[in-house]
Amino acid sequence: MTIPEIFNILQEKFPEAELVLEENNPDPIIRAKCEAIADISLLLRDDPDFSFDSLMCLSGVETVEEFQTVYHLYSMLHNHKVTLRAGGTKEEELIVPTVSHIWPTADWHERESFDLFGIKYTDHPDPRRILLPDDWVGYPLRKDYEPQKTWHKIPLTAIDYKEEDNGDES
Amino acid sequence: MTWLDLLIAVACVAGVLGFISVVALVAIWTERKISAHIHDRLGPMETGGFHGWAQTIADMVKLLQKEDIIPDAADKPLFKLAPYIVLSATIASFVVLPFGAHLIGTDLNIGIYYLVAISSLEVAGILMAGWASNNKWALFGGMRSASQMISFEIPIGLSLLIPIMIVGSLSMQDLVGAQAGGFWNWGVFSHLPFAMIAFIVYFWASLAEVNRTPFDLPEGESELVAGFHVEYSGMRFAMFFLAEFANMFLVAGVAVALFLGGWHAPFSFLEISAESNVILHNLVGFFWFASKGMVLLFIQQWLRWTLPRLRVDQLMHVCWKIFLPFSFVNVLIVSLWIVLTQS
Amino acid sequence: MSEIREIDIPVGATPQKISQMLENFEDVHGERMVVQMGPQHPATHGVLRVELETDGEMIMKATPHIGYLHRCFEKTCESMTWQQVVAYTDRLDYCSSANNNLGYVLACEKMFGIEVSERVQTIRVLVSELNRLASHFIAIGTYGLDIGAWTPFLYLIQEREHILDLFDRLCGGRLLLNYMRIGGLTHDLPDNWLKEVHEYLSYMEGKLDEVNSLLSYNKIFVERLANVAIISEDMCIKYGLTGPNLRGAGKKWDLRKNEPYCGYETYDFDIPVGDGEVGTIGDCWDRYIVRVKECEQSMRIIKQATERLEKMPGDDVLAAIPKSMTKVAPGEIYFRTEHPKGELGFYIVSNGKKFPWRLKCRAPSFSSLSVMSAVSPGLLIADMVALIGSIDIVLGEVDR
Repeated sequence: MTIPEIFNILQEKFPEAELVLEENNPDPIIRAKCEAIADISLLLRDDPDFSFDSLMCLSGVETVEEFQTVYHLYSMLHNHKVTLRAGGTKEEELIVPTVSHIWPTADWHERESFDLFGIKYTDHPDPRRILLPDDWVGYPLRKDYEPQKTWHKIPLTAIDYKEEDNGDES
Repeated sequence: MTWLDLLIAVACVAGVLGFISVVALVAIWTERKISAHIHDRLGPMETGGFHGWAQTIADMVKLLQKEDIIPDAADKPLFKLAPYIVLSATIASFVVLPFGAHLIGTDLNIGIYYLVAISSLEVAGILMAGWASNNKWALFGGMRSASQMISFEIPIGLSLLIPIMIVGSLSMQDLVGAQAGGFWNWGVFSHLPFAMIAFIVYFWASLAEVNRTPFDLPEGESELVAGFHVEYSGMRFAMFFLAEFANMFLVAGVAVALFLGGWHAPFSFLEISAESNVILHNLVGFFWFASKGMVLLFIQQWLRWTLPRLRVDQLMHVCWKIFLPFSFVNVLIVSLWIVLTQS
Repeated sequence: MSEIREIDIPVGATPQKISQMLENFEDVHGERMVVQMGPQHPATHGVLRVELETDGEMIMKATPHIGYLHRCFEKTCESMTWQQVVAYTDRLDYCSSANNNLGYVLACEKMFGIEVSERVQTIRVLVSELNRLASHFIAIGTYGLDIGAWTPFLYLIQEREHILDLFDRLCGGRLLLNYMRIGGLTHDLPDNWLKEVHEYLSYMEGKLDEVNSLLSYNKIFVERLANVAIISEDMCIKYGLTGPNLRGAGKKWDLRKNEPYCGYETYDFDIPVGDGEVGTIGDCWDRYIVRVKECEQSMRIIKQATERLEKMPGDDVLAAIPKSMTKVAPGEIYFRTEHPKGELGFYIVSNGKKFPWRLKCRAPSFSSLSVMSAVSPGLLIADMVALIGSIDIVLGEVDR
């Protein structure tokens, strides 16, 4: 099944999910409202026409305007893929329903994206940081992240990045 | 007790201690070289010149100099005491080991019984070490070690019963003396195949007794890091190490004394009779005893570097469901045999 | 004294089932002990900490804690140019750096529409299969070590050493190759290198049988691993276990066949799967033996690739490398390749500038490790060691 076909079916079933097909990519992406992600995921997994039984990847992304969670799904049965995206503006924190009960592998991926981006997942069974220590401050993969000066009296920054000009011209 | 008796006793202890240290050093060196050659590498090559023969001595000197670290939360008296108990149990067992016709600490009339009893004391030391370290891995090691050594003592005891029944004595020298005159008279070949089965069961169970692969669960490094001696360092660790290797020789020595002819040569013409020269007779006897012991030691090491490790439940399965029934039936058949042939 | 009760544990019961059955007998349990396995533990294959809640030697609950080797791979990549990132991918799974390189450069090439010549593709296949062999040797060898068999480890390290020597001649690096570039390779094959690969292949003939007789079919080894820590196919897919772990559960699934890249469809090789030869499908032994069998297949691919390269006319392996990557096409892509540990995916977001905007590495070991807390209840501590070894994790990749 191609992604536009999947999109059309989803749009029929979830009229209120604000579904958008982003076609300017090599692979089109289906964009959905955050609150609807868990329901859409459940349908995508359980519907025999879709049967997306494997979640390849779940990543947090920060764009210029917003934070996003991107789901890469794959069906071992039908050999087709789809990419879902949920996003929200940077002004308020992004809260997405968890999909870890649908694909248990999402558990750790969601924890990672919470750890590094600060994206919250509602009903997550174990909402802790995963890579960083539990008492870490800040979300390192955010573009405006400032590292702590010290952590438990361990100095973390040898050089002050603000003063140091490392010849970046981007 | 006269002064002379005391002097002899001191000489015995000194001799046993000296022998233990030498045999442990040699055993550690051979272990390194054997493991290296099995692994297709060379092992120690530098220290001492010839194939790194002095490496173990250098390591012992290093261990002696090291700081004796005792964990803060450890039970200090027990922690300090444990290696001494393990080592002294080992040394005490060596006293009844017959190295030659007269080279024996003391030929007790209950020699083998004494040996089995006193070498079990080691369990107490290991359990103490595991508990006193205040480390969970050490505790696991100590518990595993205790359960393993106590379980395997039963097949060991039952298989040692076979030569005892055949000879009819508990004295080590009597047991060895009954095997004189060529290898066909050795304990392992009497009452074929039952004494042979007893020997095999004894050898495997003794591997468990001294915590060697495939029964090295108490110190399996991939599971328990180092087991009961994980918190020990320096001198105290060296004591455990010494005791382990001395114990390996001890169980090999018991197997030699009871099943493989003790200090008798495989052929009687290779011996020098006690009438012609007592000293040479003893020395040749010692040579044969030590070389047989070293052969068994080699087999222990060979097995260690070849086999993987069993799991706890499999270990107990081997003990209670394989070794124990075999030994029981063995004892039954041999005792019937003896009763029938004697009457 | 409490009364003696019998618990009938059926043969082949899953660990979950056993632990459920034991839950009903809460009063017969002693106090639970929490043991920290790691971060300094010989059997955790790196700095992994597993918090074990044990009842005696039986594990009731296991919680893996990761992050001790976190090196901010993704953050660092955001301030590296597209080509510079290749060197960082080396450090993900340091046992198989060529495969990491391959995953990243293929993702970038697909996104920017770069076509590479057939010769470059064949060299990439050759190098990454050699690296797969090296990685599997480590996996097999250290697994023996976990179970207590020392010797096979050193034998396999020796065979791996020859591969590392080949890499040394190829690109100067032994462990971290940094050999691939977006659009090509750093340089062409050295003279006589293919001949050396041929020599290596003939040297390796029969060596795997040696491993099989020494380790795989050793009675103790089989007893330790058969029916232990079974991960079914369904569970593998749910938890995102891929590669040898999924194949060990009996699923014939290999991205080199199912989603061919780099011309893998033109090579003749099989996908070995676990078949429950000594126990249940999906037990530790199945996952282990799949790796051994995969080594044979990798050698077949290496042989074919070498023969092809010998016949192929030489060309410039740097030809397709973009001269400048300061302005690239914007967009995002998820691309996955078959890595020795499983499915290695790169999710790359480009905003058209010099640096990747976002680069997420979907590391196979990361997903594989997440299954641990689901599988481990009911295992013994020794089985836990067997489980960690059998899913073959590399902490450099888990923590990134």
